Amino acid sequence: MNALFGLTFTTPWLLWGLIALPALWILLRSVPPAPVVERFPAVALLLGLDDEDTTPARTPWWLLALRVLAIAAVIIGLSGPRIVPDAVSSGSNRLAVLVDASWASAQTWAPQKDVLENVLATARADGRAIALVDLSQSPSPALVKFDVPEVAISQSETIRPQSWKPDYAGWAAALDEFEEFDTVWLSDGIGDDLRDRLTSIVNAKGTLTVYQSSRQPVGLSAPRLDAGALIVRVLRTGGDGREDHIIEAVGPDPAGITRILGEQPVTFDPGVTSADVAIEMPTELRNRVTQLQIAGIPSAGAVVLSDSSLKRKRVGLYSPVADEEATNLIDPLHYLRNALVENSDTFEADLGPMIDAGPDVLILSDVAILPEADRTKLERWVADGGVLVRFAGPRLAAVESQVTDADPLLPVQIRAGGREVGGAMSWGSPKLLQAFPEGSPFFGLEVPDDVLVSSQILAQPDPQLSEKTWASLQDGTPLVTADRFGGGQIILFHVTANADWSNLPISILFVQMLERLSILAAASTSDAATLEGRLWTPENVLDGFGALQDGSAFSAVDGGRLASETSGPTLRPGIYTEGTQAVAFNAIPDDQILNAARFPVGTDVRSLAGGTITDFTSFFLTVAIIALFVDVFASLWLQGGILPRRFSQAAATVAALFVGTLGSLAEAQGVDPVYAANNTVLAYVITGDERQDRLSEAGLVGLSAELTRRTSIEPGRPVGVDLATDPLELFPFIYWPVTEGQRALPADTIARVNSFLRTGGMILFDTRDANLGRNASGDTANSRILQQIASGLAIPPLEPIPDDHVMTRAFYLIQDYPGRYFGARVWVEAAPPDAVRGEGMPFRNLNDGVSPVVLGGNDWAAAWAIDDNGSPMRPVGRGSAGDLQREFAYRFGVNLVMYVMTGNYKSDQVHVPALLQRLGN
Amino acid sequence: MNPIASQGLRLRADADALAAGFPSLMAAADRLATLATLGPHGRRRPGLGAEFWQYRMAEQTDGLRDIDWRRSARGDDRFVRQMELQIAQSLSIWVDQGASMNFVSEKSSETKAHRAEVLGLAAALLMVKSGERVGLLGDPDPPKIGISQVEKMAMSLASVDRDEEYAAPAKRDLQPGSHVVFFSDFLGDWPSIISALSNSASQRVNGILVQVLDPVEEEFPYSRRVIFESIGGGLSFETQQAGALRDRFLARMHARKQALRDLARNTGWQLLFHRTDQPALEALRWIFLAMEKKS
Repeated sequence: MNALFGLTFTTPWLLWGLIALPALWILLRSVPPAPVVERFPAVALLLGLDDEDTTPARTPWWLLALRVLAIAAVIIGLSGPRIVPDAVSSGSNRLAVLVDASWASAQTWAPQKDVLENVLATARADGRAIALVDLSQSPSPALVKFDVPEVAISQSETIRPQSWKPDYAGWAAALDEFEEFDTVWLSDGIGDDLRDRLTSIVNAKGTLTVYQSSRQPVGLSAPRLDAGALIVRVLRTGGDGREDHIIEAVGPDPAGITRILGEQPVTFDPGVTSADVAIEMPTELRNRVTQLQIAGIPSAGAVVLSDSSLKRKRVGLYSPVADEEATNLIDPLHYLRNALVENSDTFEADLGPMIDAGPDVLILSDVAILPEADRTKLERWVADGGVLVRFAGPRLAAVESQVTDADPLLPVQIRAGGREVGGAMSWGSPKLLQAFPEGSPFFGLEVPDDVLVSSQILAQPDPQLSEKTWASLQDGTPLVTADRFGGGQIILFHVTANADWSNLPISILFVQMLERLSILAAASTSDAATLEGRLWTPENVLDGFGALQDGSAFSAVDGGRLASETSGPTLRPGIYTEGTQAVAFNAIPDDQILNAARFPVGTDVRSLAGGTITDFTSFFLTVAIIALFVDVFASLWLQGGILPRRFSQAAATVAALFVGTLGSLAEAQGVDPVYAANNTVLAYVITGDERQDRLSEAGLVGLSAELTRRTSIEPGRPVGVDLATDPLELFPFIYWPVTEGQRALPADTIARVNSFLRTGGMILFDTRDANLGRNASGDTANSRILQQIASGLAIPPLEPIPDDHVMTRAFYLIQDYPGRYFGARVWVEAAPPDAVRGEGMPFRNLNDGVSPVVLGGNDWAAAWAIDDNGSPMRPVGRGSAGDLQREFAYRFGVNLVMYVMTGNYKSDQVHVPALLQRLGN
Repeated sequence: MNPIASQGLRLRADADALAAGFPSLMAAADRLATLATLGPHGRRRPGLGAEFWQYRMAEQTDGLRDIDWRRSARGDDRFVRQMELQIAQSLSIWVDQGASMNFVSEKSSETKAHRAEVLGLAAALLMVKSGERVGLLGDPDPPKIGISQVEKMAMSLASVDRDEEYAAPAKRDLQPGSHVVFFSDFLGDWPSIISALSNSASQRVNGILVQVLDPVEEEFPYSRRVIFESIGGGLSFETQQAGALRDRFLARMHARKQALRDLARNTGWQLLFHRTDQPALEALRWIFLAMEKKS
């Protein structure tokens, strides 16, 4: 092995090329730099002139050195320099290479792969027989075959990390059958007792070398819901040092695209091996979460899948009075529906079909007597794990105690008749709630002091009553009682579900209580009882790197195994389904702790970093390329000083371009007040919609060009203004296209715009939709946005432009105001109601004021817009009719700007006869 | 349109642009007695021409056919009808057809040949507009009047083959007293240049010499090892230290200019040194003034 400063070379013979370098030096030195050929007409005058100094120019030494360096770097680079650490102490024994290839290995798989390659290469060089053992496979002595290294090398290509932990016990037995071998173990870093046994066995057979990443493996254990937050435990081995991770909650967004819905950083303090993370998210989002993962850790152990226990509940609502034409507010289910709609799917049907549909929770409002068939069905459903919530009511209160006593679907025995407190016909006052007792699912909820109960049903006194009571009134009578029934639960609210008996249903507490109950109603699928005896089909399985794969290739497993076993080759982590139920099976079982792997004292434990090969090929080749580039420029510079000139030109060009770009950026960024003040400048509102902004600008450019051509108004180039920051007072006229993205203005911007309007500015609002697509109330989408925008602006009462408005004759005589569309009404400030038409005058006497806003939807900018060549950007109308329409659009623009500039000048013409008469006198 | 014609049209257009707005150039008649051809320039004196000038009393020497009988019939005296003397100037231009003219450096924007052609055609246009005759020195045809003549000249200039490295002015028979403008870099073989110019000078024409040079020819901004090649490729010169040659080259250039000055002084001609990075209009104005001064 050709070693040089720890460097080894894959093709060392190439290094002989370095010998040629001195020869190259001499050769390069004797060749003068190439002359520059210049065309020159006055050669005739040069002929006959001799050089005073005839020594040819030499290539300067530093350029030579640069070239030699480049060539040396190429030679060294091509000979494959790399630093290969001493892979494994050489020996002659046969070698067993154990690879954990578990989910924990996946976290550092790339370096492990390098180490494996390196170990195998070294063993091959030493000519040792190798058995490559993938511990994640099912243990079998048949898999341990000591053979020529080439076999192991080809096998090593196929090893992938798996999503489970190796079966160390099995492998300990399998490897125990062999004698006399050395071991190299690529460990994943997680230890347990079974692993220790394997360690001691291989340690007894020969020397043991362990490669293990210095990074501690991390994992997640199954999440649970607690008080509306997702709680997940993050685990690590060892506990050395501080470590920061981010836990991400991933799931489909409303559009169905999988994305990170929430994230929460977590920090391991030194010495801590597990940390609980609470990810608080709105229920709506939480229901979407399909998996939690540690950001940036590609490992099945760093991913936990969520099953139906984190999903939205399906809640069935049933009330026998639902069809009694009850109006909304006294409908017994109204408040329930509204309370539940946010975080569960509610549905209503007849009781029988509803139970068949398999809801998670069933809520019965004031049901006293059930038909026999429904009752048995309901009992079976509750016993199977259903949660039944019942609300009291007049019916329940009315039935005889004997009937209710016989009802197993009530948690307590009901005293017939109920009680009224604080009603119109009773003594006493409505009762407040007591704080929730410890052990109640409502414990911790704040009891508002305005929730009053005026009627309730009472429970028969019973020694167990207090245990069953989840909530009670201040006088100790129960408000909510509950009992288990088979696998399920029955909860009884002693009041009605509407506001008849109490105002509980209309308080926030009601929602909070239901939320707690909904969580309680989680399909507790991880219970052995629910799992056992059923055959669960893998729907998706995790691979070693934590990616979900289609699970249809794997056979269904018995639920008992899901409940009791840990993951393995035949029981892969993933989502298993049975019927409508889904259960997540994670790589790390609940309540597991990750321990660091232990090895006997004296074992050679190396880190992966020490085992990786560092390749310097690209480094040397990069050096060579850089040197050659420098050489190109240096030699050009040496040749006749032409380069600096061109170079500086190029640099100047680049700089000019850059500055130009910056300049145009700056131009786009804000208004140059000097320019705006020195010129008449039309302005448009920057909407943020780049297309529209370009169109607005082009439209105003077109209008400005027409104004310049036709009138004495000669505007400068239009500018875009940001209403919040730019000085608006510099502009006489602002074009404001309404786009979908615009929102109501902040208060200070409204003040600025109002001051602009008040001081004589004009805004042309353009909804650009020709009032097409109106909804029932006559609004279009853009006009609603305009309403939002304009809500704070000081806009006077508006009316459609009347026929005698100055706008119709400010420059051209026009009666229509088309843009890209035509026909939509255009609104201006309404004329004062007392305006009258003068005698013999065609117009009313509307002398004062310029409308501060003109409002329409004809998309004028599109009709005005011209490109750099002066040709229209957008089509208007069709054929010559379209040209005419564009012409009228321009005329409207001209009139509008004239109107802005000259105000009511044309309107003053009504006085001309009077003035003439006076002059005549 | 063939490329030569289009190039000719472009030249014409450039020259038009340059000549536009210039005051009409009225060439003065010099030594009119010796002029054989007449043009529409009234000299405010009786002579041969197409325009009526005056009636004068017939003298004994006048032939009967000279008497204007219509006028004479009105009275007792006999009158002779005299016409206004009219003359025409003629302008010949010569643009160097050597390959060396076909050169432009980075410091300039057009070739010396183009600049020379545009200046020549612009001068011709000015002359034509005031009714003079213009022509190319090399043309077999004599100078003619009319815009179409300028266009012909433009075509002819555009179709020149520059295969010679340097060119000397043609030796032609010239109309005595006519203007001849020579555009060249005058970098070629000096004896042949001087013999051609002497030939013209001996025909008593008003010569105007315009030396058109590129800025680099006057600055010589080269250094290090350079191979200089002539534009035609026929000549080349290699130097190891171009920078060291600068002074000696510039001295030679200066000597060449001095020789031109001497020539101009001896012949009474006028001389302009023009560089292609200078404005063309300036040069045209100078040529215009030079023609006016002389005539």
